[in-house]
Amino acid sequence: MRAVVSVIGKDAVGILAKVSTKCAEYNANVIEVSQSVLEDIFAMTMLVDISRINGEFATLVDDLAAMGDSMGLEIHTMHEDIFKCMHEI
Amino acid sequence: MIKTYDILETIRMIQNECLDIRTITMGISLLDCIDADIDTACKKVYDKITTKAKDLVRVGEEIEKELGIPIINKRISVTPIAIVSAACKCSPVPFAKAMDEAAKAVGVNLIGGYSALVQKGFSAGDVELIKSIPEALACTERVCSSVNVGSTKTGINLDACKLMGGIIKQSAEATVDKACFGAAKLVVFCNAVEDNPFMAGAFHGVGEPDCMINVGVSGPGVVRAALAKYPDADITQISDIIKKISFKITRVGQLVGTMASKRLGVPFGIVDLSLAPTPAVGDSVAHILEEIGLEQCGTHGTTATLALLNDAVKKGGVMACSRIGGLSGAFIPVSEDAGMIDAAKSGVLTIEKLEAMTAVCSVGLDMIVIPGDTTPETIAAIIADEAAIGMVNSKTTAVRVVPAIGKQVGEELDWGGLFGCGPVMPLKQASPAKFINRGGQIPAPLHSLKN
Repeated sequence: MRAVVSVIGKDAVGILAKVSTKCAEYNANVIEVSQSVLEDIFAMTMLVDISRINGEFATLVDDLAAMGDSMGLEIHTMHEDIFKCMHEI
Repeated sequence: MIKTYDILETIRMIQNECLDIRTITMGISLLDCIDADIDTACKKVYDKITTKAKDLVRVGEEIEKELGIPIINKRISVTPIAIVSAACKCSPVPFAKAMDEAAKAVGVNLIGGYSALVQKGFSAGDVELIKSIPEALACTERVCSSVNVGSTKTGINLDACKLMGGIIKQSAEATVDKACFGAAKLVVFCNAVEDNPFMAGAFHGVGEPDCMINVGVSGPGVVRAALAKYPDADITQISDIIKKISFKITRVGQLVGTMASKRLGVPFGIVDLSLAPTPAVGDSVAHILEEIGLEQCGTHGTTATLALLNDAVKKGGVMACSRIGGLSGAFIPVSEDAGMIDAAKSGVLTIEKLEAMTAVCSVGLDMIVIPGDTTPETIAAIIADEAAIGMVNSKTTAVRVVPAIGKQVGEELDWGGLFGCGPVMPLKQASPAKFINRGGQIPAPLHSLKN
């Protein structure tokens, strides 16, 4: 099972580090990262393996979202199936 | 890896454009709950619903969290109660109470199926059920009721139309303290479908399996936002844009239904390809029509744009899921759509135009507030008109009008939440009473003879 973590907001130092540290806490393995900074807006998408995470996926979702709030970023963590179903035939 | 653009598009659709799954509805057959003793039958009904649907809300919430998409409603539909209650030979109101208690116990917000199918006449239990509707809707909170009065195959039961004219009025009168809300939970159908996941008209048909999951999708805001990016597209391109976006919306419905079915151990029935609005900003079907190019919904051109929208939604959705069913079409409930509310208040959207719109989309005259002094015969004639459109065009049509008891044109009823608020809309004053009081059956049209 894999999930997509998306981070959008104003660019700052250490965003990638903080998000990956949180994923590591949950034993969610980062598979792929793609990021871009456009006119100061930071957008990152991260594919993570959630098949062997410690604890509930729902808690990881909430934890990442709360961390995003504290940093002024929007962090959404969603199962990859929703993107696949919408964008792949 | 999925493209970043696609990821951000999905997130924008959910966060900014109100993309959601409108409902996961579990259909439950109550045929095995029939008993001549009403107390025994009601206990069986309560037990079956609370057993089959015990995990419905939990599973819905789990999926919501995992996929990051809101699933607004988790609901239940059951076998038309007139069939279940016929053997009891008494008022079926205790069934409504059992359904209400079961709905509360499992945490669903509405339960449909306090229904009767009388398109060709009344059988045992039907008249008792219909007459009990005002009381059943007044003494319960979550129960929804529907009555099918006509079909393309059978014609229209005018006696049932007449009866329902009075029942709608009584349902409003019995709930004056709740802004006549009883009538908002009551739908009169022609060509009712057996697998509709949407309320208030959902019931679980007798041809359906014992238990089934049906999903209703939504997303008018997403369609409007997609169109806004192409202000100069011609109308064929508009249709193509709607098809593409509706494919994406429907795929999510298919995914959610598949997941829910697997986790609940219940077969997956259908996806209902509907655009269901809510009164929230950015979630309006009327605003899509305005984006296509109408100054306000209800003006000339509304029927044509709605026909295009409805058709494109189906064409886009049809490849996105395995089985399609339910009502599948754009909904036009006046009180539940911010654009429709504005158009009705300004007088651009009239009941005559709404009637024309129902000929090209799903489903019918929906959530329309009418003057409180409207006679039962006029309501019956509104039902007959709408049923005629459904019968002749081989489509589902329905009437869900709410007489605003004690109110007149210029005033409004406000329920809040998903039901919204509606201005009282004017009706014709000339009486159709003689037509309605003739009674009998309007014969089925010639083109119903297809064999």
